[in-house]
Amino acid sequence: MSAVIAVEDLAVRFSTDHGEVEAVDGASFDVRPGEILGLVGESGSGKSVTAMALLQLIRKPGRIVRGEIVFDGRDLCRLSEEELASIRGAKIAMVFQTPRTALNPLITVGEQVARLYALHGGLSSAVSRRRAVDMLRLVGIPEPERRSRQYPHQFSGGMCQRVMIAMALASAPRLLIADEPTTGLDVSTAARILDLLRDLGRDTGASILLITHDLGVVAATCQRVAVMHAGQMVEIAPVRALFARPAHPYTRALVRSIPRADREVTMEPIPGAVPSLLEPPPGCRYVGRCPWVEDRCRREKPSLSEHAADHLVACFAVEDRRAAV
Amino acid sequence: MTFLIYFLRRLALVVPTLLGVTIITFTLTYLLPGNPAVVKAGPLVPPEVVAEIEKAMGLDQPAWVQYWRYISGVVQGDLGTSASTGRPVLEDFQQRLPATLELTLASLLIALVIGIPLGVQSAVHRDTALDHVGRIVGVAGVAMPTFWTGLIAIYVFFYLMGVAPPPLGRLGAGLEPPPTFTGLYVVDGLLTGNWKVVGSALHQLMLPSIVLGLSVMAPIARMVRSTMLEILESDYIKAAWAAGLPRRRVVYGDALFNALIPVVTILGLVFGFLMAGNAVVESVFAWPGIGNYAITSLMTKDSGPIQSFVLFVAVLYVIVNFVVDIVYGLIDPRIRLE
Repeated sequence: MSAVIAVEDLAVRFSTDHGEVEAVDGASFDVRPGEILGLVGESGSGKSVTAMALLQLIRKPGRIVRGEIVFDGRDLCRLSEEELASIRGAKIAMVFQTPRTALNPLITVGEQVARLYALHGGLSSAVSRRRAVDMLRLVGIPEPERRSRQYPHQFSGGMCQRVMIAMALASAPRLLIADEPTTGLDVSTAARILDLLRDLGRDTGASILLITHDLGVVAATCQRVAVMHAGQMVEIAPVRALFARPAHPYTRALVRSIPRADREVTMEPIPGAVPSLLEPPPGCRYVGRCPWVEDRCRREKPSLSEHAADHLVACFAVEDRRAAV
Repeated sequence: MTFLIYFLRRLALVVPTLLGVTIITFTLTYLLPGNPAVVKAGPLVPPEVVAEIEKAMGLDQPAWVQYWRYISGVVQGDLGTSASTGRPVLEDFQQRLPATLELTLASLLIALVIGIPLGVQSAVHRDTALDHVGRIVGVAGVAMPTFWTGLIAIYVFFYLMGVAPPPLGRLGAGLEPPPTFTGLYVVDGLLTGNWKVVGSALHQLMLPSIVLGLSVMAPIARMVRSTMLEILESDYIKAAWAAGLPRRRVVYGDALFNALIPVVTILGLVFGFLMAGNAVVESVFAWPGIGNYAITSLMTKDSGPIQSFVLFVAVLYVIVNFVVDIVYGLIDPRIRLE
């Protein structure tokens, strides 16, 4: 089964006053039909930049310097703005991490959903409005008829996120990018939003790229996980394999850093901080924090290679250890 | 319903402000040196006659009685009499106000039509040549005083090139003003189908409104630019791009609409400034407006019109601020539904 979207060696740079920052350095991954792929990493690891790159919304001073993003058999990086117009929001939709500020404060909630039906579905305004109310009901907004005439400031954070999801689903996209969709929501609201995403993904057949820094969210929601560190993709694996047998030293540290109530294990924070992305060294960006670091890691960049079935890792030390066995 | 409550609440705030304004204008005239009775009586009149006149004018009464008399006069439209025209000040005002209003509206229109797109484009194309040119034009517009640009414009476009009419008022020579509906010659000309008047009125308006319009265009463009820069970075604009809304709609729809609140604020200020502050341009172009009237009155020390002009400007600003508040409510549901 071919992927919904396949990203190959994507690199995004930002020019700053202090030099070039390579926020994403050779990221490769794909999202399969109907799956929820988790994209995890610390703040500043390049997750959100990757998401914006998928929509070709990297703006100056940033730019995509290499790589391809294949969607529907076409490389999105090579499409014109006109060609992208039929994809952005229509076939690839996005849910943002700040639902309260990501809705236009001056437009009613119903109209914000309805205008996307009109735009992407070519529906009349009356039909669009009816569809918008239906969609608001589907995402679990009580009294959708009445609420659709209200403004975002009259909604709670969780309800705003439901509206965002309704907007994203209005065009029946094939890929839904959810960038930290539960940040700033309380735990039970967050859980309900994740349930909603999972159910809607299943019902509509849309694949979901779920960006988060929370491994608990990943465990509860995703089928596969891609782990990013400082702009580099370090490991991609099915959720169970990743938690049971993390291979990359960074992933191992991440998994060990999860607080657990069920077992008596000490929680270990990851030493060091995310390295500066300003003129980074050519090799692996984890060298400063890695217990297994070799000379080679500083010179060359390890690429993702098959570690086990459906389990990719980018690490020389892991390769060496596997070869030694 | 909620909007009606908002409207009434704002309206209720206008009343005390207006009262405050009249107290200030009254106090200013009350405190001014010089005895109006002496002025009225002339220099060679004996003191007992002056006292007689003081009594007749009510000047021997306590301040609050005088204020009450003043305010009841104002409320009934009695603004005193102009010494130089010999007519009630209110009549003089009514006759000249449409001229100022027409010039103000034309200037504002020019400032908006140029200023808003310039501000938007400067924000969208930040730090490009267009942004820099916009900044230079804006600074130049503010830096050059209108009496100077007015004279230069007359010299170049009337004297040298001959494309502008002589700077002598609102209509070309030999034309009768149209029947009065609004007092705006262009509008009244259109209403009566008098194309000759419309053309001539527009021609006469051309230079003064361009001079004034360019002078106030800069603050509008700068305000639009800085607000748009902020809004274009906001989450809901990013979301609008990601949702695939067309570029025009995002920039001139979602973003500009959200930028309107500060823009409306500055529009109110600019409108007040144009109504009250274009006396110099009116004078340069012999425009028969209230600014020109106030200047003439100042020259002849005609205190009635000057007092009324101050009161008028103050009341105008109160009204403009009220309208601005109402427009805020129309634009932003968070204000309307607070």
